[in-house]
Amino acid sequence: MVKRLVVGAHYGIKDWLIQRITAAYMALYTVIFAFAALTLPAMTHEHWQALFSGRLMQLLTFLFFASLCYHAWIGVRDIWMDYIKPLGIRIALHVATALLLIGYLAWVARVLWRL
Amino acid sequence: MMQTQVKKRPKFLDLREIRLPLPGIVSILHRISGGGLFLFLPFLIYLFDLSLTSPETFATYQAIVGHWFVKLILLGLLWAYLHHFCAGIRFLLLDLHKGVELEPARQSARVVLMVSLALTVILGVWLW
Repeated sequence: MVKRLVVGAHYGIKDWLIQRITAAYMALYTVIFAFAALTLPAMTHEHWQALFSGRLMQLLTFLFFASLCYHAWIGVRDIWMDYIKPLGIRIALHVATALLLIGYLAWVARVLWRL
Repeated sequence: MMQTQVKKRPKFLDLREIRLPLPGIVSILHRISGGGLFLFLPFLIYLFDLSLTSPETFATYQAIVGHWFVKLILLGLLWAYLHHFCAGIRFLLLDLHKGVELEPARQSARVVLMVSLALTVILGVWLW
């Protein structure tokens, strides 16, 4: 068994790219959402719900949250890797973060497609 | 077998003594705002859920976000989102090698701080 320093698992460049693709999509969605929300006739339940009842808006919104969860996974994982050194605690935090984010995405999906 | 050399490098990490340059402040705030948004994500999705489900839950949502303390938290999160947004665009431009020299980098860091604060004030006043 050769002992060597592992200097990379090669997920770095993929994560780097995904972090930027998801960011770009979220920025685009933010502008679309801000425009749609600010041009609502009135902030009532009826208008608000109508905004998210369109199939296209539901898809775009879901893609936003999916991007957010992937983006947050990479970002929060990096925070744990930078500051939490004990391996056990770090792995526990990674697992908790991943499970939470998957749960959040499922929650959003339920909210959107129940409309 | 690979030999690893451990160089002795001087370390200076006294946070009270380090004077972080403007781009460094934008960078650490990017991390702090991102972490804050992650921590409050369940609360935001909860509000999103309430606002959409039914007219009754919408009324509950309005009552919650009508409270001054909740508004204060949401104002903080609005800043966090806007800062993360503006700093993120700056980082994307840096990736494209735009504005990587010292002076433009300082300038853009200043712009990020000011634009995100200004947008927070404008949207905050308008939404409050």
